[in-house]
Amino acid sequence: MNGLTSKQLIGFSIFLLAIFVGVPMAISATGRWDFYFTLTSVALLAIASAGVWLTFYIGRINIGQGAFALIGAYVSAILVAKAGISFWISLPVAGIFAALVSVLIGLPILRLRGVYFAMITLVLTQVVTLTALALPITNGAKGITSIPLPGGISLFGLQILPPFDSMADTKLAFYILACILMVLTYLALWRLVHSRLGHICRSMQQNEELASSIGINIAYIRIIIFAISSFFGGIGGALFGSISQSVYPSSFQVQDSVNFMLNCFLGGLGYVFGPMLGTLTLYFGWDLLFTLGKYQLLVYSVLLILVIRFLPNGLLSLRLGNIGKGGGK
Amino acid sequence: MSALLQVRGVTKKFGGLTAVNDVSFDVAENEILSVIGPNGAGKSTLFKLISSFLRTTSGEVLFQGKRISDLKPHVVARRGVVRTFQETTIFKSMTVRESVIVAQHLRAKASLAGYFLGTATARADIEAFGRYADELLEFMGLDGIANELASNLPQGHLRALGIAIGLATDPKVLLLDEPFAGMNPEETMRTVNLVRSVRDARGVTILLVEHDMPAVMNISDRIVVLNFGEKIAEGTPSEIQNNEKVIEAYLGSADDEVGI
Ligand SMILES: Nc1ncnc2c1ncn2[C@@H]1O[C@H](COP(=O)(O)OP(=O)(O)OP(=O)(O)O)[C@@H](O)[C@H]1O
Ligand SMILES: [Mg+2]
Repeated sequence: MNGLTSKQLIGFSIFLLAIFVGVPMAISATGRWDFYFTLTSVALLAIASAGVWLTFYIGRINIGQGAFALIGAYVSAILVAKAGISFWISLPVAGIFAALVSVLIGLPILRLRGVYFAMITLVLTQVVTLTALALPITNGAKGITSIPLPGGISLFGLQILPPFDSMADTKLAFYILACILMVLTYLALWRLVHSRLGHICRSMQQNEELASSIGINIAYIRIIIFAISSFFGGIGGALFGSISQSVYPSSFQVQDSVNFMLNCFLGGLGYVFGPMLGTLTLYFGWDLLFTLGKYQLLVYSVLLILVIRFLPNGLLSLRLGNIGKGGGK
Repeated sequence: MSALLQVRGVTKKFGGLTAVNDVSFDVAENEILSVIGPNGAGKSTLFKLISSFLRTTSGEVLFQGKRISDLKPHVVARRGVVRTFQETTIFKSMTVRESVIVAQHLRAKASLAGYFLGTATARADIEAFGRYADELLEFMGLDGIANELASNLPQGHLRALGIAIGLATDPKVLLLDEPFAGMNPEETMRTVNLVRSVRDARGVTILLVEHDMPAVMNISDRIVVLNFGEKIAEGTPSEIQNNEKVIEAYLGSADDEVGI
């Protein structure tokens, strides 16, 4: 139930090698330094998408992750830029704050199912954007800019990590940071799905009434899951703010929330690592279609519909054995 | 002897329709009590009221002397009153064994975080869940299909799985809504014996709703009869069989599957 098979371990090791060694080597060989920013974005968007995938896991379509990413981005930005607090503290605080907000929002709306829940989450991003425009602390439309780069970390006077602005290659540092957080996120997600909580989530996804008849407090589990989901959103958003060194009310929009959801569909709802692949595909797919000019959106939408129609379990259903399958034991 | 479960003047209205009207009866510990009545009489509604899946309009249900009406269903389950469903309600994409493992939620000693971290308590739980699942599946005669996906099971096995899921919670009272529906006489006979042994071997008090009269007469210690939401009779199988009101209710409803 808990251990990885040797095949999974090998796959995981190859993946780690690829992102931490392969990608940096390829980039320095080709001189395409801009790819660091692209891949860092993919990693942090994949963190937020992991949360959306988790709400799918209890049978809820979440089109509101942009709201929690935006909240996380603002919390971190305000703490770092205005209060002078270390980014490393602001990061978990941003996640926890987003989670707390999601508990307040989730209490009334998580009872809803299907389209009703989806529709309500769809307006959340807009609500947070409008709130950011209205509040003094978020600087309205001007947003928060010139956010200092993450400082160093020292423990007992010993420097473990130098400040980002003293580093030769900030882009690489952010890339590594985003990848580490992404790997931790997906390991946590994998573990959760294969622990009892995951088993309970599956029971609720399949039949909430039956789940409550066997003594499961379904309202509580829904809140916990939504909070974890939003925590991931907050972390992704905080990371985004730090990398771009600015946050605006439009940093995350409804379109982003929709994309987070599509990432999950595309990668595969049945696979823990689905949203990661989905994010990568969607991000690059959109860019590749750029050459089509005004037909970009049309072709993109048609392709998405085709994938969702003919691969209901996402791209990962095409592949490779059983790595990270969400369902199993 | 004081009753384990007391239903007191329970009423449920859906808008203008009174589905259950001022129904009262007691259930003794270790009893098998059947609730019968024509279609739409309010039997399932009564079960949902007892297990708190529905709120009562008035009246109350007491379990071990304490009110359980209008609590959340999972709280009532935790107290030991657990229902199964009339519609075959299962976890479709789980195997039989997985279903019975997840249903042991109330037996868990570790916290959810404990399972995530893999603490010793959690690991002990997981082992105990597995062992008890195997024991239950053998008891229910489902051990041969433990690793089948629930959605692939035939009707008879589905009913047995529904009961096994209920049993896995370690209930004190189990409410079975039409456990013999869709079974042939042979399967029914086997399930009747099974339900009886659930009571005898596990000390579970059983309430059941059934349309299969021979099975009801065979299995029940006592019977409560509902018609249009009202209790029209209560007594032993032989008392019920000879009750004027009951015969009239059934003849009136022209329900030919009922063989009184
Ligand atoms: N949620 C509901 N809303 C409105 N009316 C309902 C609801 N549930 C049940 N009813 C009505 O209450 C009455 C009793 O229904 P119930 O399901 O309890 O009958 P039953 O005795 O279980 O019948 P059956 O033998 O067919 O299962 C019926 O007229 C039914 O239509
Ligand atoms: Mg019924």
